[in-house]
Amino acid sequence: MALSYDHIKERLLQKFGEEVTGFEEPHGMLTFEATAAMNLKVLQFLYDEDDLAFRFLTDLQAVHYPHDKGRELAVVYHLHNLVENVRLRFKIYVPVESPDVFSATRLFESANWMERETYDFFGVQFVGHPNLKRILNVDEMDYFPLRKEFPLEDQTRIDKDDDMFGR
Amino acid sequence: MSDVIHHSNIRLPEGSIGKETSTLNLGPTHPATHGVFQNILELDGERIVSAEQTVGYIHRAFEKLAERRPLYQVTPITDRLNYCSSPINNIGWHLTCEKLLGIETPKRVDYLRVIIMELARIADHLICSSIMGVDSGAFTGFLYVMQYRELIYEIYEEVCGSRLTTNIGRIGGFERNFTPVAFQKLEKFLAEYPKVLKEFEDLFTRNRIFMERCIGAGPISAERALNYGFTGPNLRAAGVDYDVRIHTPYSSYEEFDFEVPVGTTGDCYDRFLVRNAEMWQSLRIIEQAYSKVKNMSEAESQIYHADIPEYYLPKKEDVYTKMEALIWHFKIIMGEIKIPKGELYFPVEGANGELGYYLISDGGRTPYRLHFRRPSFIYYQAYEELIKDGMLADAVIVMSSLNLIAGELDA
Repeated sequence: MALSYDHIKERLLQKFGEEVTGFEEPHGMLTFEATAAMNLKVLQFLYDEDDLAFRFLTDLQAVHYPHDKGRELAVVYHLHNLVENVRLRFKIYVPVESPDVFSATRLFESANWMERETYDFFGVQFVGHPNLKRILNVDEMDYFPLRKEFPLEDQTRIDKDDDMFGR
Repeated sequence: MSDVIHHSNIRLPEGSIGKETSTLNLGPTHPATHGVFQNILELDGERIVSAEQTVGYIHRAFEKLAERRPLYQVTPITDRLNYCSSPINNIGWHLTCEKLLGIETPKRVDYLRVIIMELARIADHLICSSIMGVDSGAFTGFLYVMQYRELIYEIYEEVCGSRLTTNIGRIGGFERNFTPVAFQKLEKFLAEYPKVLKEFEDLFTRNRIFMERCIGAGPISAERALNYGFTGPNLRAAGVDYDVRIHTPYSSYEEFDFEVPVGTTGDCYDRFLVRNAEMWQSLRIIEQAYSKVKNMSEAESQIYHADIPEYYLPKKEDVYTKMEALIWHFKIIMGEIKIPKGELYFPVEGANGELGYYLISDGGRTPYRLHFRRPSFIYYQAYEELIKDGMLADAVIVMSSLNLIAGELDA
């Protein structure tokens, strides 16, 4: 029996009720939002249940929305059920002041470096991670470079008129 | 006092203090690592007790760079991920853009892309398999097949003008039609390569020394491989028949008839065999795609891009002579074209695994966020588990059998 998005949605709502919201399907992939405290429970539920069986963590990364107060950092999980070939994506939002998220390393070995990378670039603190330190950047770096407050171009430059091309 | 030695980058297992182990730096620049990889190995004699990988030596902040670049300017960045098969990265990125922009490509474009992508896969596997030979002491195979990688690069050159970092194609298709020379070279490749590959396999597959070196080195079970996020040939060598080309077909892959080779033990030898078998399958796909392209009508064979003037750069002759074309050229290059809001994840089967593009567009001229799911970054985590309790010499061959590409690892 093919696993349908309606079924997944129904199961999640049954189990978590108000904790999971915002179901939509942009470009054909089921996307929803869970509360930050529930991320590991949602992952575990999707992993354990035999009719869901999302046992492959495809990708894990973060997005920074600086203007969304209290929900600045989004951590995005992409999961894949390889048997039924169904993918889904879920997000949790955490405030940038206290970006604490439970680590998924107990469930997926692959989450180890992906979480380190996310910490490295966005400063998301993964609680329970065995070795949370920088991975691609130098250890001495004291900021999180992919956050939007660090524009790519040198901000001291005044010789460029940006009116024309919306920079 | 605890009996664990704390050091900034060495973790010793408990109880190893009295055991007189020695630390060895394998890398960052070592002839056997084929790229910038550092491994801090803890050795007991020649047996590996623990290992720690350090990555990031050639990190170039691609994801940050991409946030300031219009869609076209991201393509050269993707070249530099897996530089052994950059056309797959380029075309994968263009497919991602096409999905975001809602563009349908003509069939001929799909087939030509399939030809190029499969050539890239062959070039990539060729390097990986022959490098395994080099690392186990057999140099001949490497030099021999290198001629045919050269031929593949010549085909790229005919199509797009460059060889290694190809920047091939455009959103919607290719920048120019394939020349007759490109097809001649392709025919030459299809005619000669099977013999070469056969000979290459004869050199290695039943070679006693090679078998002794590879069989049982760095094995991984299917379950662990999945847990570690393995994809591509490395996962298939462990016995899981997951292939993005089959599971979520793109660029008309569903129209081609090919098999997905799988291994059983996931050791170096299986990885080698799976890669070789995949090269045969790639040849099959190229033959099918080429015959489809050949059988197209005269009118159809002039099509090499989708008809999307808003996103596809106008012809150079027009740009130099016509005002409208010049304006559009400028607008596209400067990123003044309309890009819809959206969020998507688009996977393609890269040469070493599932290469994914996670793109968030807020309707601005550049991606709001672009993340590359880089397969080798994810599966390199397993390296410690693969080489633990093995010999130092095995560590080298395990590394080359994983097909790690430093550029992709470090983004």
